[in-house]
Amino acid sequence: MTEAQIETAPATPPGEHLLDVTDLAVSFFTDTGVVTAVDGVSFSLDAGRTLAIVGESGSGKTVSTQAMMGLIPKPPGRIMGGTAYFRGRDLLTLSKDEMRRIRGSEIAMIFQEPLTALNPVHRIGNQIIEMIRSHEEISKKEAKQRAIELLKIVGIPQPDQRVDNYPHEFSGGMRQRAMIAMALALNPAILIADEPTTALDVTVQAQILELLKGLQEEFGMGLIMITHDLGVVAQIADEILVMYAGRMVERGDPEDIFYRPQHPYAWGLLGSIPRVLDEELAEERLINIPGMPPSLQRVPAGCPFHPRCTFRFEPCDTERPELLRRGDHEDACLLDQVAKQAGRAELLGIGEAPKAKPSRAVAKKAGTRS
Amino acid sequence: MTDVVSRPESARPRGGTPLVEVQNLKKYFPILEGIVFKKEVGRVHAVDDVSFDIYEGETLGLVGETGCGKTTTGRVILRLLNPTAGTIRFEGRDISKLDPRELRPLRRKMQIIFQDPFASLDPRMTVGSIIGEPLDIHRLADGEKKFRRTQELMEMVGLNPDRHNRYPHEFSGGMRQRVGVARALAVEPKLIVCDEPVSALDVSIQAQILNLLDDLQKELGLTYLFIAHDLSVVRHVSDRVAVMYLGKIVEIASGRDLYIDTRHPYTGALLSAIPKADPVVARATRRILLTGDVPSPVNPPSGCRFHPRCPVANERPEERLPVCSTQEPALESIEGAHVAACHFPLPPKAGAEISGVHLSGGAPSPGKTPDKTPGKTPGKTRARSGGGATATRAAGKRAAKPAGKTTASRARKTPPGAR
Repeated sequence: MTEAQIETAPATPPGEHLLDVTDLAVSFFTDTGVVTAVDGVSFSLDAGRTLAIVGESGSGKTVSTQAMMGLIPKPPGRIMGGTAYFRGRDLLTLSKDEMRRIRGSEIAMIFQEPLTALNPVHRIGNQIIEMIRSHEEISKKEAKQRAIELLKIVGIPQPDQRVDNYPHEFSGGMRQRAMIAMALALNPAILIADEPTTALDVTVQAQILELLKGLQEEFGMGLIMITHDLGVVAQIADEILVMYAGRMVERGDPEDIFYRPQHPYAWGLLGSIPRVLDEELAEERLINIPGMPPSLQRVPAGCPFHPRCTFRFEPCDTERPELLRRGDHEDACLLDQVAKQAGRAELLGIGEAPKAKPSRAVAKKAGTRS
Repeated sequence: MTDVVSRPESARPRGGTPLVEVQNLKKYFPILEGIVFKKEVGRVHAVDDVSFDIYEGETLGLVGETGCGKTTTGRVILRLLNPTAGTIRFEGRDISKLDPRELRPLRRKMQIIFQDPFASLDPRMTVGSIIGEPLDIHRLADGEKKFRRTQELMEMVGLNPDRHNRYPHEFSGGMRQRVGVARALAVEPKLIVCDEPVSALDVSIQAQILNLLDDLQKELGLTYLFIAHDLSVVRHVSDRVAVMYLGKIVEIASGRDLYIDTRHPYTGALLSAIPKADPVVARATRRILLTGDVPSPVNPPSGCRFHPRCPVANERPEERLPVCSTQEPALESIEGAHVAACHFPLPPKAGAEISGVHLSGGAPSPGKTPDKTPGKTPGKTRARSGGGATATRAAGKRAAKPAGKTTASRARKTPPGAR
């Protein structure tokens, strides 16, 4: 692997995150009403780490990152609040030109459909060259050399010939590799991957995930992975953010989310996937979440999940739950610890039902972790 | 599914009479060239000599990557495509050569549910008329009777019957898929080919549709051919699973055997590629990464079609490749009804190690953290399945298992975590 022109991203000063997003809120003002796409989302990312944003369609996972990248069409979109600090600058306040310089060179993106993201009438190589030359002043020849090297890094065989191919001559997996090569061209500090493997076969998906992991280790970039696939998340994430109806419902590391999930929505998500890893549970009936995600024009009052939640109680209808933090694990649910433990044990069979008497445990809830 | 202890039976589903028998089925698509005079310049070997049975009341899963021929197989069985060679028997009768008129009464017995609930419903028809259309075509009901039947069907699949006058665009993806299911059920079929019925849906909606299909099967005694690329979904719904690669079936086994006693290296690679929704297992299990892409079905590799990408054949190339690249392996019985087409099959229990499956009563799974206490075992899980037939099936399975010996012998020798 050549690392001729590719150097590792500069390290961030200690104690400061590479990217710090706080209370991001985005709405779209359409003819039929206001769509609250993202409401109060906060996360941070460090170099070399992977953050996974998980949720179903319409949960606001894509909009959050697009808003940060200045890719929301305005109008109808409007950023209603929040900050997104990247290397000391708030991305949400930058001008179009400043944003353009950051996109691609410092923060790059790859998308779900590699065929629609690549221009079908231009050679793969030329598209990479164009991208490099729009950010850096180097000759075409040098840029082409760099393009070949990049294709080699992402594992495309015979890169010196493949560089002259058109996108349709590549298979789905190779196109996604080409997209990754393009995203890496300027050695970004952050790579945002929006459902990068959803359109691919599992075997190819495994190749692409391995590639992303390997590249991350090599170049130390921060990776934001947007996906609905909990399997992919378990594979690659250091930190997981679960979104529902434009809001954060839970955040934690993989162990927290998979073994000690706190929010009933997270329980439902985990229960919805066949438990093939256990001989006995593989054929068990799936736990389904009744109903469907709400329209973002009419997000329910109180906890947005309450109409579908089997554990709801009175306050859920009116009181909007705050994000509660225990250690590094946050969740937005009004149930107390005992109820959560009981619910989780009942629904997923994870963990023990609480032995403590509710009253005592409730008193302790603030400080303890399950 | 009554007896798990004697292996052969487990792969043989309830009932025992085949509803569909497929023998040496082939489907080639010609590649034509020329503007006025079309000349055949090649053939896509989409389905190439495939044989299997579907028993009454079972779910047969059919998995494979894009382009392996699984969808074509499903469509040829329904005679939506005409087979190039081979026979398809439905209820013992050869249907592979029937003409369209003779086929029509049979169409009542075989239906299909498509992948894309957006493309498979006519946007200009109301949901009620979409569901009622098969009743017209087969002249089963009209007027008031048809209306009542439509309402009944909507209720059966969990749609509000009051919404029969709405159009498909007013429904979400999951609801539309329910309309597709209701339409398939309208003519009271015996066999339903489910072609990737949940892959376009969100996870929570996927679970709803899978549970619905499961309930309907039990209620109406349906037989499913379940086509999907997602092995974990297929494992969950199927009694038996057939794995296809490049137009051939490479392995057929019960869901459990396929996951735990995986024999074909391709199945092993597929299993290892599935992202495991458990961070500890995900870290502990190693991936068998297949290099390259699926070869072209126009010119499939000689011998075993998987040999250029096969990790087992390429592990000892001098010894194995000459065999694998020249002799085509036959689909042979490994144990009872578990069949695989491989010259050098994987050892028993290979699958459990590859996919990190927790064997019941065996060594602790790497996925078990101290937090995950025995709360997982029968009582609890059975309680939450709400006494449905799944629970009885699972419970029956457990009860049938002698506690000590079998489970102990099933224990994995080296848990992947120890690696």
